[in-house]
Amino acid sequence: MALAEQSSLESVDEAIGGSTFAEDENLEQYLTFIMNDEEYGVDILSVQEIRGWEPVTPVPNSPAHVKGVVNLRGIIVPIVDLRAKFNLENVEYGPLTVVIVLRVQFDGNDRVMGVVVDAVSDVYGLSLEDMQTAPDLGDHVDTNYIRGLAAVDEKMIVVLDIDALLESDMRNPADLNVVH
Amino acid sequence: MSIDLSQFHQIFYEESYEGLDSMESCLLDIDCNNVDMESINTIFRAAHSIKGSSGTFGFKEVAAFTHVLETLLDQIRDSSRDIEPEHVDLFLQSVDCLRSMLAQLQADEAVSTDQSGVLIDAFNAILDGDSAAKIESCSASESENSQASTEADDSASDEAGGDSIWQIHFVPEVNMLRTGNEPLRMFRELGALGTLTVTAIVDEIPAFEVIHPEECHTGWDLLLDTKASKSAIEEIFEWVADEAELIITEVAGLFDMTDDSDVASSVADDAPVVPVAVVEGSPKAAPESISSDDAGKSGELAAKKVASKPTQKTPEATSIRVGTDKIDSLVNLVGELVITQSMLGQVGEEFTMEKLAILQEGLAQLEHNTRDLQESVMRIRMLPISFSFSRFPRLVRDLSRQLDKKVELILIGEQTELDKTVMEKIGDPLVHLVRNSLDHGLEVPADRIAAGKPETGTITLNAFHQGGNIIIEITDDGAGLNKERIRKKAIDSGLIGEKELLTDEQVNDLIFRPGFSTADEVTDVSGRGVGMDVVRRNIQELNGSIEVSSEEGKGSVFTIRLPLTLAILDGQLIRLGEQKYIIPLVSIVESLQPNAEDINHVAGGCDVFKLRDDYIPIIKLWEIFGVEPSTKELSESLLVVLEAGADKVALVVDDLLGQQQVVIKSMESNYKKVEGVSGATILGDGTVSLILDISDMVHMAGAYHQNGKVVSIGGRHRAA
Repeated sequence: MALAEQSSLESVDEAIGGSTFAEDENLEQYLTFIMNDEEYGVDILSVQEIRGWEPVTPVPNSPAHVKGVVNLRGIIVPIVDLRAKFNLENVEYGPLTVVIVLRVQFDGNDRVMGVVVDAVSDVYGLSLEDMQTAPDLGDHVDTNYIRGLAAVDEKMIVVLDIDALLESDMRNPADLNVVH
Repeated sequence: MSIDLSQFHQIFYEESYEGLDSMESCLLDIDCNNVDMESINTIFRAAHSIKGSSGTFGFKEVAAFTHVLETLLDQIRDSSRDIEPEHVDLFLQSVDCLRSMLAQLQADEAVSTDQSGVLIDAFNAILDGDSAAKIESCSASESENSQASTEADDSASDEAGGDSIWQIHFVPEVNMLRTGNEPLRMFRELGALGTLTVTAIVDEIPAFEVIHPEECHTGWDLLLDTKASKSAIEEIFEWVADEAELIITEVAGLFDMTDDSDVASSVADDAPVVPVAVVEGSPKAAPESISSDDAGKSGELAAKKVASKPTQKTPEATSIRVGTDKIDSLVNLVGELVITQSMLGQVGEEFTMEKLAILQEGLAQLEHNTRDLQESVMRIRMLPISFSFSRFPRLVRDLSRQLDKKVELILIGEQTELDKTVMEKIGDPLVHLVRNSLDHGLEVPADRIAAGKPETGTITLNAFHQGGNIIIEITDDGAGLNKERIRKKAIDSGLIGEKELLTDEQVNDLIFRPGFSTADEVTDVSGRGVGMDVVRRNIQELNGSIEVSSEEGKGSVFTIRLPLTLAILDGQLIRLGEQKYIIPLVSIVESLQPNAEDINHVAGGCDVFKLRDDYIPIIKLWEIFGVEPSTKELSESLLVVLEAGADKVALVVDDLLGQQQVVIKSMESNYKKVEGVSGATILGDGTVSLILDISDMVHMAGAYHQNGKVVSIGGRHRAA
């Protein structure tokens, strides 16, 4: 396990061009990415790999933010567009557009999902004290999947709880209304 | 020096189960008025070899029980006694009993002799005419059996008088386990002599890291409360006496032995938790070469075992018996593959354009080899369906007696092969269907005679291959489905509306609805209405389907259609707009380019297509999938006629591409169930293509038309 963490850290490190950060046991590492000039962070231990955007196979009758499925070394992985998920305006996918492949906990099992983001930014070590809980933003903003807000170098980072964020996309519709 | 026999246990179990199976099938064949000596001999041989080998392995309970069985069989064999129906019943019960005894042994549990004791009594009652000595020996072995069981409450039986308590100090040498001596087995034998309390001496056990699983560092202090003599105890230790420190002394009155389970559990609660694990773990670990187990955990389990009734179950390793011909063909194919590979390697080394033809030929060869290899590997997983069918003769026999019906069971196509996984999952639904046919389908003899039918009803199980599917038919010549009654029940229970018009097929289909039962009374056998829907669901989970057709008064036929394997599918690649989908080839009836005049629009939104005499509904894939097609003009598209259950539908697609075998990948492992899609596959170019779920799509299209105005597309509309 420790080995796997190590290698995933390294691969992410490489992917973003070897950013440096202080090793501190109290800090948790977060990979951040940019969307609409905002910076979001996800727990780096849940990041499996970072890939470039490649065409997907659309899945019929799925929500608009589910772009489709791709073949990731023999397994079928769904790709979610976080812009669409967050109701941000759509942009053309460009050469910087990346897919972060995440391991998500669902019903006690690991699932693999890709999220499309504008660009990967950096890796930060954040401790729990650095993080504030998300303010109550009223009814129209769902803050369930925001783990907290953190300030790094005058910037605000929205730290996401990806398990909560992607849960709704993995749950089967309660009982499909099958008419025999 | 003795050989460690435990490595042969698995073979013993397999052979014994096989022997029991052949005993059972012979017993079922026996006609008491006209006895076939050959089948008696077969039964005798099976019982005899079980007795022999169980004796060899020290499974005394089994050996003693089969001995009694064999005594009666022997008398029947040498014609000193005629076989009677009650004998057959008794033998069949014995087969069941032996099966459960073997299962207990296999699970490392104490063998319960409750059932076998009763049966031994019954056998003895039959054998009563014989000498009294014989009976005595039988009952002696029986009481020995009950002692042999290590279950706490069994052992301290009513033989308190004349007991003496022996203290045994037993410290074996380190390499005792290597010489194949297992203390556990010796203790079990000691346990058979009386009440045994085991305390392990753990002082010598080295640290966990340096412990070797084949070494025995444990000693034991045993207290035995028994009537047996010292020599009997010494005999048990005969093999190890030279290699161990062994002191046997008689003590008395040291312990109150009346409640031995307390003593045992207090022993387990005390220090020696780990050493018991060594007893339990090491002899087994050695042959399986699993060296470092979690000592604490297994110690806990083993301690529980000493304390009271054993709860631990060793997981059964699933194995498969493969015919040598299958292995041989695999070896041949791999040989061919190696030749092709080296040929291609040679071509590739110095490749020039002139060699293109050779390269192509080689690649074609490679494809051929790969496909053959794949088929052969798949065949290894295939077992003849007789594995599943073989349980039915017994089931039908027992059930027909219970229901007072006369039934003949006919099995056809027992050699039809299907995937092991499919086979395991189809067993229960089949049992349910056969029970149903017996209970609901077949009439009682009086009714049958009144209806002018032979008194004995017939149930036929027929398995055969059709295309890429295996078909299993369960046919009975009973009363058939009573359509009026089904309809009425369905209306009563609110499944359908009173005025709803249903085709015969749709009425028959109602019996698969949840909560549907037409049995007027709930019996043991069936009638609770929780059956057929579960059957259908189980079969659908296997990507199969079930249909019933029935003629009133003549009987019913249940037809189960199952895929041969769950991993690979023959698919037809189709194109719709820019998307490629896979349709399972088995559900395609035909593909054609429609004439504009054959397409009719039913008021309200559903298009139907006139295929010869039938009008079949058209499903527009682009509508239910929300994909932009190349053209929405039906006459410019292609129609793929599909069979979904009893219905036919025509799917509109842009183009038919190739046919190919595809490996089914689950969508649900990382995503969720997608309606209309049964899975996905990866095409040759690495892209993902979705596999269409035809029956799902028919429902989607039906729902679609209902929402967007009209019509259920379920029924088949007959042309005038």
